[in-house]
Amino acid sequence: MLKKERKTGLIFFPAFDWAISPTHPEREERLLYTQDQVFEEGLLDFDNIIEFKPGVAVDDDINRVHICVPDTRSVITESHLISAGGAITAAEKVMKGEVDNAFALVRPPGHHAMLVVHGARGFCNVNIEAIMIEYIRKHYGPQRVAIIDTDCHHGDGTQDIYWNDPNTLCISIHQDGTTLYPGTGFHREFGGPNALGATINIPLPPRTSDEGFLYILDHVILPILDEFKPDLVINSAGQDNHYSDPITDMRFTAQGYALLNDRLSPHIAVLEGGYSIEKALPYVNVGIILAMAGLDYSNVREPDYDPLTIRQSDEISRYVEKEAAEIYTLWGKRDLMREKLIGNAEYVRRKKPIYYDTDGISEQQEETVRVCNDCGGIVTIDSAADTGNRIFAVIIPGQSCPACRAKGEEIYTSTGKDKYNYVYLQDRERDIFLVK
Amino acid sequence: MVILGIDVGGTHTDAVLIENFRVKKKAKVLTNERDLLDSLWKVTDDLLKEENPERLERVVLSTTISTNAIAQGKTDRVGMILVSGPGLSPSLLRINEDCHFISGYVNHRGMEIAGIDRDNVSRIGERFQRDGIDHCSIVGKFSTRNPHQEIEIHEIIATHVRHVSLGHRMSGHLNFPRRIATTFLNEAIREIYSNFVKQVSNLMHLRNISIPIYILKADGGTIDIAQSCEFPVQTILSGPAASIMGILSMVERRDDAIALDIGGTTTDIAVFAEGVPLLEAVGVTIFGHRTLVRGLRIRSIGVGGDSRVRCEDGGIVIGPEREGPAAAFGGPFPTPTDAMIVLSLTSIGERGRAKGALLPIALKMQCSVEEVAKTIFEQTCEKIASAVLDEMEAINNRPVYTIHEILEDRRLEPKILYVVGGPARPMAFRLGEMLGCPVYIPEHAEVANAIGAALARTTAEMAILADTEQGTLTIGEEGDRIAIPPRFTREDAIRIAKEKLRGRAIKMGAKEEDMAIEVTEDQEFNMVRGFYTTGKNIRVRVQVKPGLIASLRT
Ligand SMILES: [Zn+2]
Ligand SMILES: [Zn+2]
Ligand SMILES: [Zn+2]
Repeated sequence: MLKKERKTGLIFFPAFDWAISPTHPEREERLLYTQDQVFEEGLLDFDNIIEFKPGVAVDDDINRVHICVPDTRSVITESHLISAGGAITAAEKVMKGEVDNAFALVRPPGHHAMLVVHGARGFCNVNIEAIMIEYIRKHYGPQRVAIIDTDCHHGDGTQDIYWNDPNTLCISIHQDGTTLYPGTGFHREFGGPNALGATINIPLPPRTSDEGFLYILDHVILPILDEFKPDLVINSAGQDNHYSDPITDMRFTAQGYALLNDRLSPHIAVLEGGYSIEKALPYVNVGIILAMAGLDYSNVREPDYDPLTIRQSDEISRYVEKEAAEIYTLWGKRDLMREKLIGNAEYVRRKKPIYYDTDGISEQQEETVRVCNDCGGIVTIDSAADTGNRIFAVIIPGQSCPACRAKGEEIYTSTGKDKYNYVYLQDRERDIFLVK
Repeated sequence: MVILGIDVGGTHTDAVLIENFRVKKKAKVLTNERDLLDSLWKVTDDLLKEENPERLERVVLSTTISTNAIAQGKTDRVGMILVSGPGLSPSLLRINEDCHFISGYVNHRGMEIAGIDRDNVSRIGERFQRDGIDHCSIVGKFSTRNPHQEIEIHEIIATHVRHVSLGHRMSGHLNFPRRIATTFLNEAIREIYSNFVKQVSNLMHLRNISIPIYILKADGGTIDIAQSCEFPVQTILSGPAASIMGILSMVERRDDAIALDIGGTTTDIAVFAEGVPLLEAVGVTIFGHRTLVRGLRIRSIGVGGDSRVRCEDGGIVIGPEREGPAAAFGGPFPTPTDAMIVLSLTSIGERGRAKGALLPIALKMQCSVEEVAKTIFEQTCEKIASAVLDEMEAINNRPVYTIHEILEDRRLEPKILYVVGGPARPMAFRLGEMLGCPVYIPEHAEVANAIGAALARTTAEMAILADTEQGTLTIGEEGDRIAIPPRFTREDAIRIAKEKLRGRAIKMGAKEEDMAIEVTEDQEFNMVRGFYTTGKNIRVRVQVKPGLIASLRT
């Protein structure tokens, strides 16, 4: 197989001294066998694969993305700063042109962390991809970004953070939410009023295999990317779609992950979930690294790989084809849908309950968006958690229009602390973060 | 105590006689590249002339025999049998024309997933025999985690070939492509190396020397010469290591430091962390072969006293090639040494010739000969200084894998610069200025290599993997895979590792009193399957670190 080699940056940070708890899936052992396999295959010796030490993110990097209640230090540990810092290092190397692409093989993961953070959910405290993307925008200017989340769980945190951002396309492909945590990620979740179609969900039935994933890639994801024309493509590279994963029910393989990565050719890949630490991760990660570097990955497969036992049924194949057609049609109709959805409304509200399963916290949230044709629109959030914290946050979007900016500043100034423990202003455009 | 240290280098063969840790005599002769033994004879005779050989307690030799054999392709044809399993494609692993990939696979935990095809191995053995290949290397992926398949293949093939090298014996580190390269080189140079050892032994015998003879390895440690025949690959690149160990023996401070050996063609850069030379993380690289050979971390750049100097596009270009000695010594082209002579930084050679060699460049650049000399000198120093800074940068940015290490962020900050080699004296001061470091030139700098060899201690390493879920303990390099009880602990692993290392070091010729054993890796992971802890995965690595039996007294 003759291919063009690419220069690939690898940020490998297994955090061998961090766990949620000793027997939790997110524990010290998680990347141990991946490290063994990566070392034994000698991947770090290829001239076009370069390993970098992760940087450490700082509070400002997190405040650019999240509203942490009451503050960042209360909801994260050093491990999160390094994991996010690793993703940022990957981005820096790509943005500076030191490498063609980069893979942040780091833990802990982040794609279930939403805009407001009262605690940890789905093993995630802060969203490392979003922190990385906003870092890129701050240091390298506004960018159109597409995030392709190939984790088996719906990337609900990433979706929440970019729900109102027309310049960030979030596509999540995952096991159907009726059968798996977090129970969301359906077609109808399609983005906020100013960013309709910039959120796309592709739930797949349990036991979908390589064939189904690659069909979706070729018939939905790649055509939409062609039209969206992102400056950067990010792969949220969760590996729990693997047939051996203990907490999910899909049939994706190491070869499938490598093929997907090769065809998608993301600028940056960031590890998310994946808990088959012995039977999947070592092989999936070797496959992804080789694919990113443009090296031959055709011989990568799991020792127990048997294509016959994991083939998807014809019924699933038909379902996937139908689903692909539906989603692509929906995407084509996004502008029409927007007009219908908004009508004459000036503001659009949504109420949502959020449960932090890892920390056992419940939150009630009301999000209000100013309808705007010129930018992502001012967003305000009123959030109360059963920790006793009630907060209010104003978010001024990147590339905001003057009207939205003025409105946002006015709301922040006029909101008093009588009802709230804290009031926050997050100005993504000017990179200002205020608390009162 | 009298010690003879000899370094057979590419250009010179240096030797020292050390008595009670003081240099008693030195000798230097040109190396006869066609007959290394001839050079050895000469220096040995020189130094032992008026000595009583009975008082000699130790002879240590550093030799380029292995390095040269590889450089000059004086190697044997090696039949390779590789058990590569899934992963990298065989096309990326093929090291020579005689590679045979066979079925079989051991996974990362050392479990045998697929067996080998024994009939196929027999057929390959017959083919080797037919083709006159009598050296064979057998390498399996993850064989350090379970050497069984390599041993099984060896048993089948033993009757078909003269000698076999096994991958798991080379190192406890993971890296299959490097294991292939290392095992290949080991077998390829075995014949030429063993012959050399045989001749050295005969020579010493004729001189009535019957004490232990040691050979220096790439990690700056020694091994008994007879023991080294099984692992000749360990002796590659021992020359640069000798100089670095020599510097170590002549300095007292135990800070972070930079050590430079400025030679004719190249300059070697090594770094000491609190007085201990840094090792390569995985292994040394020799002529493009990345290996698992444990070795000092030495960066070599193509700048030296005899580098050819040219004028190109109105600027000065230095090196990387050497076309002979400096013009002041009758060489064909101007060199940095000539520049230093013109600048009166040194009084060697014929100044007139040095000036004459720089004149054409001066004319071309429309400036004086002195100005050209100054530019050459500055540029030479700058090249070396910037390579040192790059190396410090690389060392300080080495990846680490724990939060603790990231937060601790121990950065090396050199407090002193040690310089040896021909141009050490004229260049050291300026280099120190550029690097912002005080400089020190050791007293016997010109024979640092021979002193380093003479005083180096025996070094060894040992990696242990205990897997209490499987109930196995594996020591790859020893070929051991033994049963352990479920309650086996990390303390047990460290104890066994130290015992085994001690045994190995003694076998390699170490003395009990020179064995500073340290634990370099010590990790323990709970293995959880489902929601229950099913065992522990314990990883321990111990070493006798590079060092000296004693420092030189001044
Ligand atoms: Zn997903
Ligand atoms: Zn997941
Ligand atoms: Zn606006």
